[in-house]
Amino acid sequence: MPEVEIRKFVGFREEVHHEGGPRADIPLVRAAVMAVVSNPFAGRYVQDIAHWMSALEPLSLEMSNRLIKVLGGDSSIVESYGKGSIIGTAGEIEHGALWHAPGGYGMRQALGGTKAIVPSAKKVGPPGTRLDLPLAHINAAYVRSHFDTMEIGLTDAPKSDEICYILGMGTGSRIHNRAKGLAVTDIIGEDGLR
Amino acid sequence: MKAAIRKITVIVEETHLEAGIAIKPTTRKAVAAAVLNNPYAGQFAEDLTELIDIGAELGGLLGEKCIQALGILPKDAESYGKAAMVGENGELEHAAALLHPKLGAPLRKAVEKGAALVPSSKKMGSCGQPLDVPLGHKDAAFVRSHFDGIEVRINDAPRANEILVAVAVTDSGRPLPRVGGLTADAAKGLDGLR
Repeated sequence: MPEVEIRKFVGFREEVHHEGGPRADIPLVRAAVMAVVSNPFAGRYVQDIAHWMSALEPLSLEMSNRLIKVLGGDSSIVESYGKGSIIGTAGEIEHGALWHAPGGYGMRQALGGTKAIVPSAKKVGPPGTRLDLPLAHINAAYVRSHFDTMEIGLTDAPKSDEICYILGMGTGSRIHNRAKGLAVTDIIGEDGLR
Repeated sequence: MKAAIRKITVIVEETHLEAGIAIKPTTRKAVAAAVLNNPYAGQFAEDLTELIDIGAELGGLLGEKCIQALGILPKDAESYGKAAMVGENGELEHAAALLHPKLGAPLRKAVEKGAALVPSSKKMGSCGQPLDVPLGHKDAAFVRSHFDGIEVRINDAPRANEILVAVAVTDSGRPLPRVGGLTADAAKGLDGLR
């Protein structure tokens, strides 16, 4: 199993106080951590790649713990999450899909178990490619107030033989959330949906 | 606080590998950016005092955000820089008012000492445009290993009536410096130059 070779870790933290409406008492914080890693399958077609997912699990755990640290160290304030990958141009979209299982695993471990599916996005692109990382509620996917997006990118990554794996977490709803739908107060919290 | 801040973004970049060579300890740079209302948008004002005072607030606030994100003591900061991007209803001089008269002193307090000029850049711009913040050694401007930069961009800022102000701080120079010149070890740091 190829080792995970890390070139960079990048942490992003965004603190939103308002967006033209009333100033929030407690700002919304959204954070993401990106790992820039070598793509062991770059430049050729490799049929059997699924085994690499378990190699990515410790990375995901490390990134999840970094994320919680970026948010201030208290995992109980996390209300939304998301994951994504940007694959360098000598790779394929399927290499980004390898992040689905380990990406979710790390965040669920670090957050002490969550019920909702982790929303995701992925794309192939050159260095500087920006990814719109989707965020949604950690226990009930239909909570409308928590559907949000954070744009992430780095000027020098991914190089053609690299992959950027990304995890994101947020502390609350969109800052001026008023599009109705399922509210946090109405979560049943059993099936991960409502 | 005079500054009407809408959001704050902090990015930390940690380099583990450069050109395939392991970087130990890792080099790390942080940039903290505030998005704020431009009090002079859409008008010509001869007196820019309000922005000058806001600059003083932001030098401390953003400098401390960087130190906090790097998790270092102020004395362990090695280089710094500042930059601003003014939304379309403002004027280049608004960036100058924020950056030059008063931002430096509180920033120097946040990073301890800071004998050297704080390198800067400024531009007019719009939402999502990249802003490159130049970096130079905080005590001796001629230290060649520490000439660097970090990019920040925020997809929803600056809006037309806003200004994006960024401060960058590092705990290191470039990952593999080898173009000669004055080294950090050899710098006296008394006159801000050498």
